[in-house]
Amino acid sequence: MDFGLSEEQQQFVDTLGRFVARDYGFARRRTIVDSQEGWSKEVWQSLADLGVLAINVPEKYGGLGFGPVETMLAMNVFGAALLVEPYLSSAVIATSLLCDIAGESVKAELLPRLAGGERIAVLAHFEPASRFVIAHVECSARKDGERYVLEGQKAAVLDAPAAGHLLVSARTSGLPDDDTGVSLFLVSRDSPGLVLREFPTLDGGRAAEVLLNKVSVPASARLGGEGEAMPAIERALDIGLSALCAEAVGAMKALQNATIEYLKTRSQFDQPIGRFQVLQHRAADMLIHFEQAQSMSYLAAMRCTAENTLERRRMLSAAKVVVGQACRFIAQSAVQLHGGMGMTDELMVSHWFKRLTMIESTFGDSDSHLQRFAELAS
Amino acid sequence: MDLDFTEEENAFRDEVRDFAREKLPADIHHKVMNGLHLTRDDYVSWQRALFARGWGGVSWPKEFGGPGWSATELYIFEEECAAAGAPRLIPFGLRMLAPVLMAFGSRAQQERFLPKIMSAEEWWCQGYSEPGAGSDLASLRTRAENCGDHYRVTGQKTWTTLGQYADWMFCLVRTDSEVKPQRGISFLLIDMKSPGITVRPIITLDGGHEVNEVWLEDVRVPMENRVGEENQGWSYAKFLLGHERTNIAGIGIAKRELAHLKRVAKAEMKNARPLLEDPLFAAKVAQVEVDLMALEITNLRVLSTEKMGPEASILKIKGSEIQQDISELLMQAAGPYAQPFAANYCNQRKLSIYGGSNEIQRNIISQMMLGL
Repeated sequence: MDFGLSEEQQQFVDTLGRFVARDYGFARRRTIVDSQEGWSKEVWQSLADLGVLAINVPEKYGGLGFGPVETMLAMNVFGAALLVEPYLSSAVIATSLLCDIAGESVKAELLPRLAGGERIAVLAHFEPASRFVIAHVECSARKDGERYVLEGQKAAVLDAPAAGHLLVSARTSGLPDDDTGVSLFLVSRDSPGLVLREFPTLDGGRAAEVLLNKVSVPASARLGGEGEAMPAIERALDIGLSALCAEAVGAMKALQNATIEYLKTRSQFDQPIGRFQVLQHRAADMLIHFEQAQSMSYLAAMRCTAENTLERRRMLSAAKVVVGQACRFIAQSAVQLHGGMGMTDELMVSHWFKRLTMIESTFGDSDSHLQRFAELAS
Repeated sequence: MDLDFTEEENAFRDEVRDFAREKLPADIHHKVMNGLHLTRDDYVSWQRALFARGWGGVSWPKEFGGPGWSATELYIFEEECAAAGAPRLIPFGLRMLAPVLMAFGSRAQQERFLPKIMSAEEWWCQGYSEPGAGSDLASLRTRAENCGDHYRVTGQKTWTTLGQYADWMFCLVRTDSEVKPQRGISFLLIDMKSPGITVRPIITLDGGHEVNEVWLEDVRVPMENRVGEENQGWSYAKFLLGHERTNIAGIGIAKRELAHLKRVAKAEMKNARPLLEDPLFAAKVAQVEVDLMALEITNLRVLSTEKMGPEASILKIKGSEIQQDISELLMQAAGPYAQPFAANYCNQRKLSIYGGSNEIQRNIISQMMLGL
């Protein structure tokens, strides 16, 4: 039992913290969010230079070969800074998935470029009718000689507008909810028939509805065995879920601190409003939610790559429930305790609020994970 | 960073588990697993079994005859004992008074009292709360007049848990009423057989007799039964409250009760299906379970620092809420047959009140941890 960080990990956190403090302030972030692309190539290159994009890339492919704990530490920092660059989508989920399932040539081609910041890849998996059920895939991949033809729709794919490559799941056999029969394809952004309907998200991010209109890809674009992609997709999403929990923890801590500071400085009735017991008790409840979420984020990071699938899913669902509920409570309480100021675009508070609101419903909301947990619980 | 117990810790867990399986009498196991009333003898016989094994002073250092366990080992011990259906350890002598005697008691007091706490030869109760002094404990009014070689104590204590069994009471009394309330308190050890002591039962909402009023009328307490210095009792009392908070999260007990809840909810039927498969009920059980998982790790995080500060308030609030939620669901699960569980549900209301109410705990968090 050890909840401490190694010296190397602590240095890593400090370096990243200095970077966001210097180069990712509130004003800078606003400029990036308001730009045409909605993310910064310059920031992305800095992240590559700092080695953060290489965390989940094995050393063999020019990466650092770190794991979920280092990812968690990076996501804590990014959560506090509200980083909008496609870190979670590309450097965590798509990178982990490629490491897991891609053949040697694709790995050798893509992984060094993902680590170096030259390429961005995103998993396009969830669909309009799947809600948060991972196995529900209706998109089809029809064999056509030496090629596959992909057809269907992927829903609200986060960071798709920034990606040069999409990792698209599609059914090569079976029915929409079958665990088997799903294959994964590497699809270039400029493939004919691939249409992205782009839109901004509530929290300043970008996403797209991805339409696959008879997109033809060579057989070599299939990653892993035919019909066998689902376990790898689940593993990558679990690593992503852990990272998302860590991002939430980083954002909640920063928002909690901002709120305590406000309670100490805002004065009404000739005293700091933090002297009022009814506000103190809400602040105490925020801290309890935070500590519980922090605990479950540790659990998620240390169990998200566990071999035992059922146990792993059970723990990750439990983590997402506790973290998701904390997101809601802390975000709502922070705005409430800031009063009218919490409603304004001018304070960082409202931006943390929006990101935490989004996180609660990303990769399964609290209710869906509570249900999955109940079904998996002994 | 590592969430696993060490090999030694896992071996220790097996040792405790084997011990409990072997030495816990079946009838006591049955009572605990079903939330039934335990007698004085039940508690005493378990404490004596532990004593015989060399584990009588579970939380004590070696120099006073304890096993000298780390906080993590103690946690493992408590979790395994709870899972096995062992009675809770009566904390008054073992976990509250003993650390005070070790830190502030005279050598003679340590030698006189500690061994009999460990061997369960003497039962202790706590004389803290009064009718007018609950959360505001320092306002207590029981008076002790210094008569040279003894004190004469007069007043009333209340909520004295299991005082009906007690041989001794450690007691906060006012020895100076001219100064700030905290400055005029002393810490006395009182023989419950002393003339002038009357114990009257308080029947609680579950119909049980667990707590008492203790009346003291001109009770003679020898001077050597004062712990530490006169008028310094408040600092000993605060020290004690810090120790009262170990194992405050009650993780092992909550796990055992959650398993009980699941057994009942699997057996009870709704619409021809086990209640545990009813989506509404299953969601409530799942919610308690994920909260408990989180609290277990929060507890381990606090333990790994080897010091219990105001974080204990978080453990107390969540731990008591989770146990209360489970008792409520247990009652709900039984449906029309709720009567056997209703008493437990009623009794568990105390968890968010005693040991510093959960509102007091929130005050502590906001002041000590958030600086408000």
